[in-house]
Amino acid sequence: MSLWSRVLNAFRGERLNREIEEELQSHIEEAIASGRDPREAQRAFGSTLYAREASHGIRAAGWLESVLADVSFGWRQLWRNKVTSAAAVLSLALGIGSCVAAFRLIDALLWRPLPIANSSNLYVLSRKLIGLYGKPIEDGYWSTPDFKLMRDAVKDQADLIAISDADRTDITWATQGSDDDELEKAHVVYVSGNMFPLFRLEPALGRLLVPADDRGPGLYPYAVISWDYWNHRFGRDPHVLGRSLHIGDQTFQVIGVGPHDFTGTETGTVTDIFLPLSMNSLATEESVTWHRTFLMLNPNVKPAAALEPLRQHLSAVSHAFEAECSTCFRGVPKASLDRYLNKTLVLNRAGAGISDLQKEYRRLLGVLGLLVALVLLIACVNVANMMTAQAAARAHEMALRISIGAGRRRLIQLILVQSGLLALVASVLGALFAAWSAPFVLSLVNPPDNPARLDLPADWRVLLFGIGLLIIVVLLLGLLPALRASAVRPVAALKGGEDPHSPRRLLRGAIALQVAFCCLVLFLSSLFVTSFKRLQNRPLGFSTDRLLLLQTVAGKGQLPVVWNQTAEALRGVPGIDSVAISGWPLLGRIKINSDISINGAPPSPTPAFFLNISPGWLATMKIPLISGRDFRPEDTSPGEAIVNETFVRTFFPGQNPIGRTFERGANQPVNKIVGVTADVPDHDLREPNRAVFYVPITGIDDKFAPSAMNFGTFVIHTEGKNPLALADTLRQFVAQRHNGLRVSNVTTQLDLVRDQTVRERLIATLAAFFAAVALLLSGIGLYAVLNYSVLQRRREIGIRMAIGSTRAGIVRIVTVDVFMMIALGGCAGVALGLGAARYVTSLFYEVKATDADMIALPTFAILLTAIVATLPAVLRALRTDPTEILRAE
Amino acid sequence: MAKTDSLQGSLDLLVLKILSRRPRLHGYAIMAAIANTSGEVLRAEEGSLYPALYRMEEAGWIRAEWVKKDTGRRARVYELTAEGKKQLGAEESRWQSVSLAINRVLREA
Repeated sequence: MSLWSRVLNAFRGERLNREIEEELQSHIEEAIASGRDPREAQRAFGSTLYAREASHGIRAAGWLESVLADVSFGWRQLWRNKVTSAAAVLSLALGIGSCVAAFRLIDALLWRPLPIANSSNLYVLSRKLIGLYGKPIEDGYWSTPDFKLMRDAVKDQADLIAISDADRTDITWATQGSDDDELEKAHVVYVSGNMFPLFRLEPALGRLLVPADDRGPGLYPYAVISWDYWNHRFGRDPHVLGRSLHIGDQTFQVIGVGPHDFTGTETGTVTDIFLPLSMNSLATEESVTWHRTFLMLNPNVKPAAALEPLRQHLSAVSHAFEAECSTCFRGVPKASLDRYLNKTLVLNRAGAGISDLQKEYRRLLGVLGLLVALVLLIACVNVANMMTAQAAARAHEMALRISIGAGRRRLIQLILVQSGLLALVASVLGALFAAWSAPFVLSLVNPPDNPARLDLPADWRVLLFGIGLLIIVVLLLGLLPALRASAVRPVAALKGGEDPHSPRRLLRGAIALQVAFCCLVLFLSSLFVTSFKRLQNRPLGFSTDRLLLLQTVAGKGQLPVVWNQTAEALRGVPGIDSVAISGWPLLGRIKINSDISINGAPPSPTPAFFLNISPGWLATMKIPLISGRDFRPEDTSPGEAIVNETFVRTFFPGQNPIGRTFERGANQPVNKIVGVTADVPDHDLREPNRAVFYVPITGIDDKFAPSAMNFGTFVIHTEGKNPLALADTLRQFVAQRHNGLRVSNVTTQLDLVRDQTVRERLIATLAAFFAAVALLLSGIGLYAVLNYSVLQRRREIGIRMAIGSTRAGIVRIVTVDVFMMIALGGCAGVALGLGAARYVTSLFYEVKATDADMIALPTFAILLTAIVATLPAVLRALRTDPTEILRAE
Repeated sequence: MAKTDSLQGSLDLLVLKILSRRPRLHGYAIMAAIANTSGEVLRAEEGSLYPALYRMEEAGWIRAEWVKKDTGRRARVYELTAEGKKQLGAEESRWQSVSLAINRVLREA
């Protein structure tokens, strides 16, 4: 209360003085009225001025008054140099805003704890092993029987929780009085019954799943929907409880709605529906690893001591399970088996959730963080330069202030307050920028089927980061000029000239620093942009033009003949050019491998990938046949096969493969190669071409009976330019045939190819943007510094001209040290870039940091900027009129 | 800051005591009351009275209010707060123990 009144009084200093004055006067009047001699009373009281000052000091917070004075002075200073101040504020705002936006993204994806109890005690189990192509990989998926064994083994110290990744599933909500229910998509997750209780989550409605709901396969068809799904799909209708939901041939009943803020454990994806683990038919399979396994330590167990023994115990249990599992590795050669079993179980912290999005974007966000930090640093150096120049211009004023007794502390405060003002205005603008840009960048992570969804709250975490950033910026901006200004020696400055070189030395250092940062940004962005270009321009080997893909499902499976009839019917729809069928689309992120054995030999260590296709698929995709023929309608699998060139190189090097045979694993039926096609990237644009074989969609079992197909993709070449124009028509067309086939997803081949480069496009776009900003800021900084230096050296230049220095000589003395600083900074920047690039090689595609053109590009850009930025100052120097200068002296 | 005077350290006690007996006095009256009741022995230096009053006001022991005097001028009058009453008790007992101790020393000598 007392502090508050002192703070308040600081804001009304003048009025306070008047009040004190009035009271003191009233005292003296009172004395006179009581009969004392006026002069005696005045003398007895002493100096009223002194009493007033002493009283004022007590009643008002002095430090605040001085800050207020500095604020109003600083504000006037900034207001006087409107253009410079605006440039400073804008560049700082961009830097601060980008940093805050990057922090929001990084925090939301990687750091923010899940809204559950004891999130710091949550770990996730995975195992490290050597993968198919000899690369170390980390496998985070487990089979349910293995999970149950491990769960029981460690139940005294920790609870294990099984949670599957959110799968975008075809579901149907049963509506009364209608049997033609719409197929729709929802993110479905299977969880063990202990998840909700262990996370201590409370339902918003109804009840949540409990361990009793997860007791046996297929026994408890209950579903819990997430609050988010309840909100956007049902408009928070309480009657959702008890509604039925069909997934495949299963029917679930909604028993509850999850808590408001819980969107599952897969950061970046919002779960819609939670189902009991045991309701999934995979839960009984020993050999199918399909869900993640989380570990929640009991609250009373100390992580430091307990984790390692727990890990070893789990590892032993899991290893024993796999070694005894009869179905896990059937037909796998001994050498491969040893490799599969030789795994290291690891426990990673999972308090912030676990998702592929994190894995895929961790490095990217790291790079983004680095880029925005560098841009902010460049902006800070710029503004600090500006303030140094202004402080140098104010050397006289500073000297005067010091010589009449201003404390150096007060001078530092004056400059820090001014930089604080700049930073504060900039952060307000920056906050607006961050509020817009973080969701915008997130929206660029937008594979159409599965756009990333993250909660980006602006809460105390973001606020705290912003305040910390503000303090750092103020110190960066103000400290150096403040120390310099306060080190002014009054005698030298008032005499009319301090060492004229000292501020320039500082400014030159700043140039080198700025160029180094700028070079680093440019270098990294040229790597990312080139990566993206090369990836985008990778020859596909197939056409994406006017190709519509109908990803179609058949609940209980339909015979190939039904699929072929549908394809034939589609061919009759106007506007359609050709129709073919494949198991799944190219580059749709689906890959299934198969062992290859030649002439009954054990399978080779390298597997091949396969895809089932109808006759005419190669022609529709415009994939050329190199030799042999396309499939015919009577071809079957096993039976005939078409292989790609890599397949031939891998398994039949130097031979004519047509007519040769291979088996898909030991003791499997024989496939005869009837054709060879060119290589095409099949599931990932970033990976080199693999050995691929194609088989007919007509599969037959060992009694030569055709087997049913559960899913497939109609590949449709349309006559119109925009294939999606036919999407709704064809979706209804297929549904109206009532033959069990239903379109579950419509996309185009072009979109699938674009999806492949979402991450690369994002980082290339952001990097190019920040490179442009960095270049612009550095250019402005360079211009300002050189301009200032020419102004400062006007006298020197004039004298040099007067005594006959050539124009070239003037240009040389003005620019030589600047370009030396640029060279120095450039080298430092490239060196830093080479170091930084090593950390992010996983984001590059066919680009090496040591490529000559990768280094040449940023160097060239910086040189060009430097020349453009120094030109005005050089011209100004050349226009110096010696007579005018010398007359002024 | 303030000049040393004979009342150093005990001015607060005197002001609080005076105000506890007679609330709503202005500065001059407080000073006069100290002089009067002490039989003109104790005399607060007029210049340092006001900083002391402001300090006690900021500490929350006394509160002030502007009133109109009959002369038409305004005067600022002070009165004790609850906090001030507590402070007065503390200061009084401190004074008692100090003067007791000093008396004991004087007697011993």
